[in-house]
This record gives sequence, structure tokens and C-alpha cells, in this order.
Amino acid sequence: MGSLTPVGSADSQAGFFATQADALINWGRKNSLWPMPLGLSCCGIELMAMIGPKFDIARFGAEAARFSPRQCDVLIVAGTLTWKMAEACRTIYDQMPDPKWVIAMGVCSSSGGMYDSYAVTQGVDMILPVDVYVPGCPPRPDAVIDALMKLQKKIERESPTGRLAQGVLEGGDEGTGAFSMPPNQAVTTHRIGTYVAPGDMTPGDGSEDQSS
Amino acid sequence: MSATSDERIEAALGQDATAREARDGMATYIVPRAAAHDALSRLKGAGFESVTLVTAIDRMPREPRFEVYWQLLSLQHKLRVRVVAEVPEDDAHVASVVDLWPGAGYGERECFDMFGIEFDGGSNQRLLMPDGYDHFPLRKDFPHQGIEPDRLYREWERERRSEAGKS
Ligand code: SF4
Repeated sequence: MGSLTPVGSADSQAGFFATQADALINWGRKNSLWPMPLGLSCCGIELMAMIGPKFDIARFGAEAARFSPRQCDVLIVAGTLTWKMAEACRTIYDQMPDPKWVIAMGVCSSSGGMYDSYAVTQGVDMILPVDVYVPGCPPRPDAVIDALMKLQKKIERESPTGRLAQGVLEGGDEGTGAFSMPPNQAVTTHRIGTYVAPGDMTPGDGSEDQSS
Repeated sequence: MSATSDERIEAALGQDATAREARDGMATYIVPRAAAHDALSRLKGAGFESVTLVTAIDRMPREPRFEVYWQLLSLQHKLRVRVVAEVPEDDAHVASVVDLWPGAGYGERECFDMFGIEFDGGSNQRLLMPDGYDHFPLRKDFPHQGIEPDRLYREWERERRSEAGKS
């Protein structure tokens, strides 16, 4: 009966196998989000509280904070990212294996916050694609847990098999961020929408100059 | 006890130095840039064991533009002194004193980082700003909100990519 459509190819409707595999993979991914805690300043304290027994993100499968980026799924940038630290932060992101997500915790990492200065990045989205922004100075641990749950919802909507079939992962050097990324769906605790980073900062885009 | 203008200081500094108005109870002397290292080493010989501050001031419309400051402390004489050298913008360098006081290194690095004043014989490395940043944030003509860091990042990224491509 007709020709077989390649599973998850861009022009096909994802079939039974693909959707079920997606559901299974997403279920596994979203319930074992191991965080890479990048506690850069005061927000780091709230991050520790969040991991600790009182707020206990083990309830969401995210208690296994690894200090090696190779073992992490979600980078939590908690604190003020200075330009001096920016390169290290980007390197950590590059070292994380795909799939990976980023939570910008606190106004400092979301937008630079009160540090409107030469030394501080005006939001980590200048150097990384961010998935969830958490406002607050510092945000309460429950706000970050809410961000984690938002991220889980976002992961539910992803289609890992579709992404594979589209060859998004093909042809890139693993770990250099050289593969192309779909437009980033960013989430805050208030709204969900497509977020365009300043200067379209997609990984792997370093060729053209942005001098204005 | 310690007078603000002690004979010790005057004797050590010799003819090179001219006294300036003492501020904060600290004797201040201005020395020619070329003679600064000699004057400071004579002060060290006169009992100033430590340098507490190396910094600079940008007096932008004025020429010469920068003033480099050394503040010295003598515990044995219970005395502090401030030495100033004027440094022009187009030839912004001055002798390093890390050979006299190794602890001056951080002050000199910060001074280089923030004002772009080079210290001959010092390390002249960035301290607070990233390597490869080619602006000096505490200069008066540096914009308040910094220099387009997005572009800066792209330059790093390109450099890193071309290096990665080479190896
Ligand atoms: S958002 Fe507030 S609490 Fe968090 S790092 Fe910035 S200043 Fe500190």
C-alpha cells in the first residue's frame, strides 16, 4: 500500500513508532534532568537551597548535580556572568553533550540585572541559547523549581526522532556547537514564545560581523 | 614622631621631587616619570617596606593625561608617602616596581587593565577584563555601558574557531 515514508522525515506526518519513541525518550529525558550548577554569585545560594532537602529537586529527578559538564543535561546559570567568566561559561556549555538546556536563573543572568556595566554580560543569552528565564533577585527556590517544570513541559513537546531524521545533528563537530539549532523556544515563568536572542546568537554562527 | 613632610622623605627623594599639597595627611611628591623608579627605590632604602597602592588617575582634558600613584607605608617610621608621576597618553608607560616590592604586581596589572598604562618590567597582563579585550574601562572616554560585548564575543569565537581549525 504505497511507499513507506521515512520515519520522522520533514515532510511526513510522524507515525506511530516515532510518536511513541518520542514520548518514551522525552519521558526519560525530562525526569532525569541533571543540572550543571554554575553558581556565579548570590543566586548560587538559592540554588544550593533548591538542591538541599527542604526544597529537594530530587522530586523532579534533578538532584544529581554534576560538576562535570560531560554528565549534565541542564546548565543553570545562577548569578552574574562577567565577561571574564563568559568564555568559561560558554566552554562549559560546549562541553555538555546534546541534548542540553539552559536555565538563566535570576535577573543578572537573564538580562544583566542591575549591573549595567562594562564588566558584565547583559544576559547570558548573549553567549548561549537560553530555554527558561527566571526573574527575581534572587528567585526563590520554588521559582527555579517552577522553571524546571516549565523546562519539563518544553521537553515534552520536543521530537527527538524528528530531529534525528532531519539530520540536525549530522555533520557537526560534537561539542563545538557547530550544528545548527532550530529557533530557540524560550520560556519565562510568565509567558511562552519564540525568543530571538540579541544579534541572533545561534551557536555556530561566528562568521559575519555584527558591527553596527 | 611622624610629620607629614618628614626630612627622611625629602632626603631620599632628593632634587627630583616637588612637594604637592598634602591630602589626607599624606605627604605627596611629584617626580618625573623617568626618575620614578630611582626615587621609589631610594624611599625603600629609607625604610618604606611596603607599597599599599599602585593606581592611576585619568585627568582627560589635561596634558599629560594620566597620573600614576604609588602609596608607600613605613611601619618602622609610622609614615606614609604618596608619589606621583605624570604619564602622557601617547607614550603611556612607566617603570615597574615589582623588583622592589613584588606585591605591587597586582596594582600594576589592574592599572594596565583599567587605564592601559604599561609597566616596563611588569607582566602587563589583564586582571579583571578578559584577555583579548582591547579597551580600557576606567579611561574617561570609555562609554559608561561598555563596548559592544556581542561583537567582542564574536571576535573571540572566530579566533577560537580558526585556532581549532588549524590544530
Ligand atoms: S540576580 Fe540578584 S541574587 Fe542573583 S546573582 Fe544577580 S544580584 Fe545576585
